[in-house]
Amino acid sequence: MDGLLSTSFLAALLFGAVTAAIPLLLAGLGEQMSEKAGVLNIGIEGMMIAGAYLGFVGAYYSESFWLGFLAGAAGGVAVAALMALLCVRIGLNQIVIGIALTLGLEGLTALLHHFQFSRSYPRLPAAAVTPIPLLSDIPVLGPALFRHHLIVYLAVAAVWVMIWVYRRTQLGLNLQAAGDKPAALDVAGIDVVRTRTAAVLFTGAMAGLGGAYLANVGAGLFIPFITNGAGFLGIVLAMLARGRPLWVLAGALIFGGCLSVTTAAQVAGVNIPTDLIQMLPFLAVMAMLVLFGRRASLPAALGIPYERGAR
Amino acid sequence: MTERTMDRAGTRPAIVTLEGVTKRFPGIVANDRIDLAIHAGEVHVLLGENGAGKSTLIGMLSGLQQPDAGRILVDGAEMAIRSPSHALSLGIGTVFQHNMLVPSLTVAENLALGGRWWQRPAIAELTQRVAAIAAPLGIEINLGARVSELSLGEQQQVEIVRALLRDSRLLILDEATSMLTPQGIAELGALMRRLVERGLAVVFITHKLAEAAEFGDRVSVLKLGRKVGEIPPERLRSLDQAALVEEIVAMMFGRQAGSAAVMIPPRAANDDALLEVRDLAVARTADAPGLDAISFTVGHGEILGIAGIDGNGQKQLAEALAGQRATAGGSVLLAGEALDGLDVGGRRRRGLRYLTDDRLAEGTVGTFPVSINYVLKQIGEPPFWRSGVERTGEIDARAAELTRLYDVRTPSIATPVGRLSGGNIQKVLIARELATGVRAVIFNKPTYGLDLSNTLATRERIREIASQGMAVLLISTDLEELLSMCHRIAVISQGRLAGTVRNEDSAGERVGRLMIGLAA
Amino acid sequence: MSQDALPAVGLDASAGRSSRRDLARRLAITVVPILVSLVIAGCVLLAVGVDPFAYYGFVVQRGLLSGLGLQQTLTRMAPLLFIAAGLIVAFRAGIWNLGGDGQFLLGAVTAAASAPLLVQVLPAWLALPIAFVIAATVAMLWSLLPALLRAYQGVNEIITTLMMSFLGVSLANVLVKLVFLDPSTTVPQTRTLPVPDRLPRLFETTVTSGLVFGVVAIVGVHLMMTRTAFGLKLRTVGANARAAVHAGLDVPVLVSAVFALSAGLIGLGGAIDVVGTQGNVRADWNPAYGLAVIPVVFLARMNGYAAIGFVFLLSVLSIGGESAARRLGVPQTFTLVLVSIVLITLAIAEYLDHRFDRARRV
Repeated sequence: MDGLLSTSFLAALLFGAVTAAIPLLLAGLGEQMSEKAGVLNIGIEGMMIAGAYLGFVGAYYSESFWLGFLAGAAGGVAVAALMALLCVRIGLNQIVIGIALTLGLEGLTALLHHFQFSRSYPRLPAAAVTPIPLLSDIPVLGPALFRHHLIVYLAVAAVWVMIWVYRRTQLGLNLQAAGDKPAALDVAGIDVVRTRTAAVLFTGAMAGLGGAYLANVGAGLFIPFITNGAGFLGIVLAMLARGRPLWVLAGALIFGGCLSVTTAAQVAGVNIPTDLIQMLPFLAVMAMLVLFGRRASLPAALGIPYERGAR
Repeated sequence: MTERTMDRAGTRPAIVTLEGVTKRFPGIVANDRIDLAIHAGEVHVLLGENGAGKSTLIGMLSGLQQPDAGRILVDGAEMAIRSPSHALSLGIGTVFQHNMLVPSLTVAENLALGGRWWQRPAIAELTQRVAAIAAPLGIEINLGARVSELSLGEQQQVEIVRALLRDSRLLILDEATSMLTPQGIAELGALMRRLVERGLAVVFITHKLAEAAEFGDRVSVLKLGRKVGEIPPERLRSLDQAALVEEIVAMMFGRQAGSAAVMIPPRAANDDALLEVRDLAVARTADAPGLDAISFTVGHGEILGIAGIDGNGQKQLAEALAGQRATAGGSVLLAGEALDGLDVGGRRRRGLRYLTDDRLAEGTVGTFPVSINYVLKQIGEPPFWRSGVERTGEIDARAAELTRLYDVRTPSIATPVGRLSGGNIQKVLIARELATGVRAVIFNKPTYGLDLSNTLATRERIREIASQGMAVLLISTDLEELLSMCHRIAVISQGRLAGTVRNEDSAGERVGRLMIGLAA
Repeated sequence: MSQDALPAVGLDASAGRSSRRDLARRLAITVVPILVSLVIAGCVLLAVGVDPFAYYGFVVQRGLLSGLGLQQTLTRMAPLLFIAAGLIVAFRAGIWNLGGDGQFLLGAVTAAASAPLLVQVLPAWLALPIAFVIAATVAMLWSLLPALLRAYQGVNEIITTLMMSFLGVSLANVLVKLVFLDPSTTVPQTRTLPVPDRLPRLFETTVTSGLVFGVVAIVGVHLMMTRTAFGLKLRTVGANARAAVHAGLDVPVLVSAVFALSAGLIGLGGAIDVVGTQGNVRADWNPAYGLAVIPVVFLARMNGYAAIGFVFLLSVLSIGGESAARRLGVPQTFTLVLVSIVLITLAIAEYLDHRFDRARRV
């Protein structure tokens, strides 16, 4: 009898946690940049599902995971461009447009999927893993953490890239100013709208990548509504992390862990409904909001379109 | 062109010239055909009351707003200043009244803001340049400090240094002294002197006469959007301080159009206190000063003025009296009856009314029709509502009546109030607060942002209310307004009443002394 | 609230006394975007190789013109009307209740659990209302946390209601699978309410009388928001919270009331759907009406009467779309595409109208 705590099970559990965390990490890092720049990007769920669909289509037809990721990111950017045009440039309500984009893209991708793949339900081959020499030989942790697709390591590395961008670069300063005091950025001679647009496009790229990962690496195929709220979780991660990329990583791993437990419990045949376990990450979010909600200080100008010299 | 730039013997060429510049906003002409020349090596003071159009003028010079008519010349050539970055590239640096620093960034990061996005902020180079600029000016700057931790005076110095880092030739200081201590003001004056000695032009915006006389090389006076006079350097040097002040006062408050006509309504015979405030206290918050032991009385038919620099607790006082803000102690009595514990509606029903200074963002709901805005503080009360159901006929009849009585110019009573001009919105508020059941009224900056005729009409309403025997508390930052109609004037400073003076001959001077922290 | 400065869709909360020219303009900026959207969505259909005329024709035929289809459409309207009513209360008061799906399902499950038991001990005319009250109460409780967080801590309700919605959907499933499971079936579902005990049908049709309740609810909400003091207070809070404080309104209490009303109505929608039409709740049942109705409420500009019309359109699309899914092979998700395109074009139209209006006034 292979107990629940056998090493291979534990390794699978951790492996699953990482796999489930990566899309959340990518979405959270992306959303974080939008929020830093003062845009509440509710449309991220739509960007993610666009990325998932195009990522899958790209990988399926090109037979290259990398082209798939590229296509996924491009899909996210395309949706983000629409969002930036409507919300940042002409200042439409970010919530209304965000909901519309999410619903529309969920519908559209499901529709396209139906006509293309509903008869064959093609799967991608398992993604090639890149074991990290030496580290991947550590028992339990090796196979759990160091035998992933290259994009996983890149996503984690992105955390430190973001830290560097926010702390050390001019871009980081500009983003912070665009969210905290857009007028200050404007009088310093930097275009606020352009800065925010760039942030939204980056969010699109990251969300698209996250979606593509979800479909191509996580599931190996595209299913309608595959993102199932992952984008919204990204928003919550970004809100709770308050501009700190490392916190997004930590939060994504916690959520990923919860999701992985769900799958593992199913595999192990544990007799509790998966719904109960699926509630864990959301319960954690609500608990954190109750405890720290008041202090979840968001950028001062979040959600407010910038109008120069408005009075 | 040479004629223009070398218009006076002995003056250096004008860096920026304004010719007939006009700017309109819905309901107001903020700048009306302004002519102005700004020369290198001069502190050019722009003097005017609140609402005189100073900030709009600055907005156009710094690229935030574009003039509707007239033209701006830079170095003698016509130039549309398209954006803040364009203004910077023309050598025009601005230190705004409300600072333009990002509170969550450090000083160094704020100074680095504006570089190309792909670059790394060149902090090391910045440190050197800041040292080179700040040292000769006697400014000390801690580049590593977070802006939110600096005092307002320090933040201002950072902004001045920032403007100089961008090689500004013209430095605009908008109401730079309003938040400073007297010592800070003196330091700023010395700093401006050193700057012009180095060949810069400084435009110094203020509403304080004394500062204009003390720091200016040239003084231009704005009033209700118009430039009403200018004192060039030669003349300024030839006058002694007292004569200069007198001349400026004549320009600012000259009897033109009767805007500052003094008419203090006669007091009613009943001299009992109608509104009495005892030891009122309000806790301070992150962005507002608290109130400390505020006590005063207002009699029947009396207008008590509250003078002071904006942001010294005036708003908190008004809100605490109206029941909108929690108090930390003290009591408010109306005709001997304590109002403590009553909410806004309760106090209103007892006859205490509050006209807010923020007509659009607080006083009205812009998207609601005029008719509903008349009854916004009586929602649910008869006869406009019966058993909670709206009586449209009653509301409309009332609205039509008030619109006629208070001469509100609106296309119809169904028009969203936000579409009216500022003066007409003010009339809606006055009608709402004053039409019935009034005993005491708090006016907060009642004429702020209004044009002359509406200003006069509003002042007339206030006098009328007082002469009917009501108590009036008139909060204003416009000293001349207070002098023109109050019986007594109290000065508020950092949440305390610094003193109260009777409105007699020397009242202006005594109030002025209280405002700058001297004994009356 | 920052929204009050924006040309936001439908946030114009004026009492609706508009002149005839105003009305014509409003009609134009409603109809034109819908036509444009039909064209754009038609292009999507063309792209996947479906004749848009055939599709639209089929949807209209099945959802509107065929007797059975029309009856199904009218039946479908009942829960949607309740959801729309709940959203109108919230949106008009400036509260973004995006937790409709969770509130709806919890209401449905509660009703499905209580109604079959209640009808065994009480007459139906008493049992069903009690089930409704329980369902509405549970949905209200589900909105309590976001309400308190928003009213007293200022925590953004968009996130909290979304989170509670995910939680509510999962909880509803857990309840169906563990607590309220009908032991007599192999499929995980609640006990089934016998057909005679359900809400009566209207006349000789299959249309549920829930439709009447739905219409009453939304008309009632509309009248409450436009004609009563309470409604005006809520609208004041939504349009300008600072003005509400200035006018002496107790904003936190009003905000809490908005959450309770909104969630209660949406929960009632779930109960009506179960007691009137479904009879039980199957595990993993989630029609996701909550998010789909949001665009409808915007389209109607939060006007209750207009919302009835747009809910009818959505029902036609949804019933016709279900048929089309079976017969033409166009999945139902096309309805989502169409609705979201309508919403975006509408927002753009409103923006253009706003700019045009401003240009005209200056």
